[in-house]
Amino acid sequence: MEVGVAHFLAVSAILFTVGVFGIFLNRRNVIVMLMSIELILLAVNINFVAFSAVLGDLAGQVFALFVMTVAAAEAAIGLAILVVFFRNRGTIAADDVNMMKG
Amino acid sequence: MLSGLEAAFFYLFAFVVVASAFMVISARNPVHSVLFLILAFFNAAGLFLLAGAEFLAMILVVVYVGAVMVLFLFVVMMLDVDFAELKSGALQYAPIGALVGLILAAELIVVTAGYAFAPELGGAVAQPTPDIATRHNTAALGDILYTDYIFQFQMAGLVLLVAMIGAIVLTLRHKENVKRQDVVAQVARKPVIEVKKVETGKGV
Repeated sequence: MEVGVAHFLAVSAILFTVGVFGIFLNRRNVIVMLMSIELILLAVNINFVAFSAVLGDLAGQVFALFVMTVAAAEAAIGLAILVVFFRNRGTIAADDVNMMKG
Repeated sequence: MLSGLEAAFFYLFAFVVVASAFMVISARNPVHSVLFLILAFFNAAGLFLLAGAEFLAMILVVVYVGAVMVLFLFVVMMLDVDFAELKSGALQYAPIGALVGLILAAELIVVTAGYAFAPELGGAVAQPTPDIATRHNTAALGDILYTDYIFQFQMAGLVLLVAMIGAIVLTLRHKENVKRQDVVAQVARKPVIEVKKVETGKGV
């Protein structure tokens, strides 16, 4: 059975959806929300790589590299904020993040 | 694109990626979530390999599994959080989440399954992939990354620098009652420092 770009895109679509569903399912746990964001970014990267392969265009892989860079920076900053928040409040529940009354 | 054994491996990797992604969001213990995320990244690296992006596959394993996931694991284990309490009321938003997810997945799959190239766009390739026999993926990527995309590459480095400084500034804290050596205070103390001749065996 021939596997084409549509199969890659379908896997990426399912992965993206699972990531979005994970944010809904773990509305209180910030750590799992960050992991869901990683899943979403992974889905985006699979899309980039699949299109890069089928179009014969290396620019897609370069862009996927930059997406990974930003994802790594985001994870580091997010976890640092999480650690500081836990130090101050003793919890990481997302609905306790209300000091600014926003 | 792929056929035969490659297609079989594609289905294996795709199935494991999706299954472990489901385990990431549904596991009770966040440590298990992180471990399943590592599994998902490994299999996504397999998918990248099948698509011919060897360098990105290795970067995914080295950077994500080796650095980011270890950071996640470190934070999950360092924070003393009652995860069972966080899990309470989790199913409250599950129906609407499932609805949104189903609609999103259906839309994405309808869009991507009916996807076709416009023939006139065939020549509009920004960076043509060189033949794998003459220039392998890593070298080809390096060729364009350090020439055509050097500015973006430097910006990526700057983003990582800012992220590193930000993480340090956020998590660094000075404890009040920790005694540290203050060289300036020592040198500037009154009365002025004097040199004493200490006799052998007597001490000061």
